[in-house]
Amino acid sequence: MGHSGHSTNSERGASMLEVRELNVEIDGRPLLHDINLRIDAGETHVLFGPNGSGKTSLLMAIMGFPRYKVVSGSIRYKGREITRLPLDERARLGIGVAFQRPPVVRGVSVRALAQALMKDRHDGLPLEEMAGRLNLEEFLERDLNRGFSGGELKRLELLQLMVQRPSLIFFDEPESGVDLSSISLVGQVMNELLHGDGARPQANAGLIITHTGFILDYVQADKAYCMIEGTLGCEGVPREILERIRHEGYQECVYVADKRAG
Amino acid sequence: MSRISEQVERARGARDKRAALGDDLDLDSYTDRSRADITYREDPSTLPAETKRQMLETGITLDDLRQRAGTFVQVDNVVVHSSASQEGIEVLDIVTALEEHAWLEDYLWRAVSADTDKYTAKVAIEQSHGYFTRALPGSKARSPVQSCLYLATERLAQNVHNVIIAEEGSELHIITGCLVPRRTASGLHLGVSEFYVKKGARLTFTMVHNWGSETAVRPRTAAIVEEGGTFLSHYICMRPVRTLQMYPSATCAGKGAVAQFNSVLVAGPGSSMDVGARVVLAAEGARAEVVSRALSTGGRIVARGHIVGQVPEVKGHLECRGLILSDNGEILAIPELDGQVAGVDLSHEAAIGKLAEEELEYLMARGLSRDEATSAIIKGFISVDVAGLPPQLAEELQGAVALSDQEGL
Repeated sequence: MGHSGHSTNSERGASMLEVRELNVEIDGRPLLHDINLRIDAGETHVLFGPNGSGKTSLLMAIMGFPRYKVVSGSIRYKGREITRLPLDERARLGIGVAFQRPPVVRGVSVRALAQALMKDRHDGLPLEEMAGRLNLEEFLERDLNRGFSGGELKRLELLQLMVQRPSLIFFDEPESGVDLSSISLVGQVMNELLHGDGARPQANAGLIITHTGFILDYVQADKAYCMIEGTLGCEGVPREILERIRHEGYQECVYVADKRAG
Repeated sequence: MSRISEQVERARGARDKRAALGDDLDLDSYTDRSRADITYREDPSTLPAETKRQMLETGITLDDLRQRAGTFVQVDNVVVHSSASQEGIEVLDIVTALEEHAWLEDYLWRAVSADTDKYTAKVAIEQSHGYFTRALPGSKARSPVQSCLYLATERLAQNVHNVIIAEEGSELHIITGCLVPRRTASGLHLGVSEFYVKKGARLTFTMVHNWGSETAVRPRTAAIVEEGGTFLSHYICMRPVRTLQMYPSATCAGKGAVAQFNSVLVAGPGSSMDVGARVVLAAEGARAEVVSRALSTGGRIVARGHIVGQVPEVKGHLECRGLILSDNGEILAIPELDGQVAGVDLSHEAAIGKLAEEELEYLMARGLSRDEATSAIIKGFISVDVAGLPPQLAEELQGAVALSDQEGL
């Protein structure tokens, strides 16, 4: 077992993720339509959209969750076709996700999972130190996601990503349920996951789903989109898109964008 | 007539008495003649290396007896070794113990009745060996006493009668490893165990069963816990067994007495296990906890639990969780609560399910393969609840469980 997808440090600007004409269905029901998306190394993109518009589904489909069936189109990661690869192989190649609502896994402690992921690794920070960074050092013996508050769950997701060290990282509503005092910590750790720290810079790529946009105060994002009813549109500068959604609503945003494009 | 001969007389009347639970076994189809060429030895480390290795998988270590407060080894119906290595701890074969302690008669067949069924009757009628272990008043065993019951001969009926006494204020841990030499072994194990936990004493009993696919097993166990005493039982059976039925019980007879049973059962194809635990709360402030984990990979498990509240101000909880991993698997959970007066506090939770796809996928999204994710979840499910065990014992036990290949999985 080698969980070492992180090890190749991508060059800034190289294609990290390229999604082309992707159509996805779930339980036979079409869900995502003709999605095109490219994220380069070093970039972070933001995905806005109303509830149920398909944002999480897009992450799950790219990650390779079996329920999300790719009907047509392709997904490339670091130039490699991964459309048909199983979920766990994609994770080992270096794709990671911070879930919005992670499930309780009874009997599997945070430490047990971390040890399984770090099994063949000889470099990097010790687990205690990573947990300390997120104020989770007291939680290592607890079952995954069991008895954690909303904010603790989000931090635990980040801890697992610190252990996994992916190059392409999805964050699904990383700030929801996080109180104001720890949102900046969440933002800092997200930045470190994406760009490394001063000592070891990284050019990873990120895609963030956010409702509120609060996290944009802490994480520098390069591009944003809005998803409506399974269609991606309204591409632009994150702050501007957010403003437009606030003032005109999601529908109008996509409509305006479509008109411009047309 | 002495107490014992009275009990033996009653047992004769119960010779053909079917047990309340479990398939009826034909005792005449078993032999009493051992083919194991093993006799008593002062140094049990002289047993064959392969035998010792198998014993180690049940937590029994014979190479350095100083690691244990005492050691007892029985092969078929022959006592192979018994010794104690700590002042205040006694370990004897039960026949010898009865010769040495006249008072011991009063403890025999007191917690378990000789005429319970044909199995207890057989143990009572035939002179059966087994171990006697006692912690003298105030003695605290620094390490566990180990007892090993090895069923070596095919179609042999192994009779065992154990009496364990934790005198006032004492502390005693017992590890019992029961095993057979071959995966397909066909013997019958009849084990009667009577536990007496005196005032303020603490007795921990950990039993690992490694049987064979044709072995039949009928333990009959009961404990009496006096005021402020604690009885903790941990039971692990993860290897195939043709038929296993046991329903150990504890009576919390004194104020504030505590009884706790934890069991981990894994039943592969062809295995049938009917295992429960019963606690009778008969004194104010008594507490009980019965926890079981049942995992079927194709076998049948009946997981029973029964807590009786006879007086007010007692508290008991039953928890049974089952996991079925094969279409042929079957788990029947029967939790029973019996409140006989006002003021009891009894509860239970039972759940039988499958591996949750959502949990597997969550672990896979971190990079674990499906097999690794499955094994992590199962390992967590059956991990022995080590609460209440001394750390070293808990560690050893986990090690023993890891050593045995858990072929049911």
